[in-house]
Amino acid sequence: MSYANLSPEVRRFIWPIAGLVLLLLVNVLISPEFFQLEVKDGRLYGSVIDVLNRAAPVALLAIGMTLVIATGGIDLSVGSVMAIAGAVSASLIVSGVDNIALIIGGGLLAGVAAGFVNGFLVGYFGIQPIVATLILMVAGRGIAQLINAGQIVTFHHDAFAFLGVGYFLGLPFPIVLVIITFVLVQLLMRRTALGLFVEGVGANASASHYIGINDKLIKLMVYCISGLCAAVAGMIAAADIGGSDANNAGLWLELDAILAVVIGGASLMGGRFSIFLSIIGALIIQTLTITIILSGVPPKFNLLIKAAAIIIILLLQSPEFHRQVARFRKRRGA
Amino acid sequence: MFNRKFLPLYVTCSLFSLLFLAGSVQFENFGTLRVFMNLFTDNAFLIITAVGMTFVILSGGIDLSVGSTIALSGVIISVLLQAGWHPLPAFAVVLVLGTVFGAVMGAIIHYYKLQPFIVTLAGMFFARGLSSVISEESVPIMHEFYDSAAMFAFELPGGAWLGSSTIIALLVVVLAIVLANFTRFGGRVYGLGGDAHSAALMGINIARTTISVYALSSFLAALAGIVFSFYTFSGYSLAAVGVELDAIAAVVIGGTLLTGGYGYVIGTLFGVLIMGVVQTYISFDGTLSSWWTKIVIGLLLFIFIALQRFLVRRRR
Repeated sequence: MSYANLSPEVRRFIWPIAGLVLLLLVNVLISPEFFQLEVKDGRLYGSVIDVLNRAAPVALLAIGMTLVIATGGIDLSVGSVMAIAGAVSASLIVSGVDNIALIIGGGLLAGVAAGFVNGFLVGYFGIQPIVATLILMVAGRGIAQLINAGQIVTFHHDAFAFLGVGYFLGLPFPIVLVIITFVLVQLLMRRTALGLFVEGVGANASASHYIGINDKLIKLMVYCISGLCAAVAGMIAAADIGGSDANNAGLWLELDAILAVVIGGASLMGGRFSIFLSIIGALIIQTLTITIILSGVPPKFNLLIKAAAIIIILLLQSPEFHRQVARFRKRRGA
Repeated sequence: MFNRKFLPLYVTCSLFSLLFLAGSVQFENFGTLRVFMNLFTDNAFLIITAVGMTFVILSGGIDLSVGSTIALSGVIISVLLQAGWHPLPAFAVVLVLGTVFGAVMGAIIHYYKLQPFIVTLAGMFFARGLSSVISEESVPIMHEFYDSAAMFAFELPGGAWLGSSTIIALLVVVLAIVLANFTRFGGRVYGLGGDAHSAALMGINIARTTISVYALSSFLAALAGIVFSFYTFSGYSLAAVGVELDAIAAVVIGGTLLTGGYGYVIGTLFGVLIMGVVQTYISFDGTLSSWWTKIVIGLLLFIFIALQRFLVRRRR
């Protein structure tokens, strides 16, 4: 059975997964103990767990970003929303709130509010997504600093810290949160018609409107989900360091999240989406970073390698590139 | 002679005057030529970058790589100077490299039909990565030419100065206005941004225009990098982080339509000045913290985007 016979669905899945497998193979070759897992005190330790754990914030952002990109949008504000959610939770703890539900609820509420602003601007105002979310990207860090009064707010709260450093069934809790979020969003999208609506709006917003899909509401919804995911990621980041740093929390993670979705094979023009592949994309980014470290290449080459990876992936996805390759092959064959 | 066409421009200019007036009324020494000239001196590199961004946005694209291009040119200059070069050939090298860099991005965007957003994002990683590979530490610049170039200034009345960076920035603005509104190239850029399909049908060479626009933007970013090194006297791979966002914000506040095809270079100049006034106001006040700058700029962005929306609807 050759590549050409595979269904498009399978083909879509093959590339990102092959990429991840290839990277993992390279890692094993460089460092044979890469896949070794240890159980200490009922907790799993090992390089793989480490990769999963570190990829968790980007994976969470990528879940929300996948839906946003599927509607043909983009959400640049997720990094700033992470900072806001972290700041809200931190300030609640510092002001003496002890109820974990309230603390987490506050962070989530901030995320939904941010998503609502983005979604409202994009859906109901009809503003270009890049620009609409740029507003919160710029202003968001200012708002987070305002909440923190310009300080790095540190706190001590065991239940909240669990979000970042806790273990559940032997796994670091951030990984568990990614799994829970993935399952919830996947159920919401694929067990109801919502996923189809999202793809419809992304493929053609006005056609979807005419067949009776409330395209504005769908857009509002995906930005709210993206805000929620960012809030969870932001609280993990804050819980991890036991503090809220408005300047650095989630800095540049919006770019990694977009990259993860693109690596997962989604088109920035909207339409078809796969949350699973986006998470694979997030894992590829994190594995690549580890590969660079393991292979002894100085970390300063990190960004260059990332840039090369983006361009290669973009070219592989570009139909024009395929045509050029086909022409080239023909010429050599003739 | 009130022309509807210039309405966003009027709004931007009046907002600038209003903010400057408000500051002058409230604070002693605010409404002076000195403070006004300092707006240019402090933001010269941003003005130059934002002018390049204006062309990109007019053509319907976006360029996220400008901030890291500024850093990269600073690093290259400082390393070349350490190797014993004279600044002038180093400047030439940086400007040529910058132009080529932009042209390559433009070519990738055009020929592979990729989104400008993601290609220039890769460009941003590339330039930032290359500068940290060249040098991770900040490289100091020591050269007599630099001292005289950076210190060069005409004295104006009231203790104000017209420095070399300001002169370069104003020159760029004037040339850009001519390029945008009085040359064929400018017409092509507006046409491409207005409707790429119609532009192609009218015989506009889309490939050449797209590549030139990104080459111009990166060229100006490299020039901004040179001006930026006049302030810092060093090249640092982490310099000018986030300048691309400031530049985009300035263009939007300057009244340029983000969908392309409508806007003016002079508006962008005022966009930068407005951001500068906000910053100056906050530093004069002293009790407001610097993060208010970000919030105010976010609010201004929102207001101008809403205004654009309103105007576009009215026109239809």
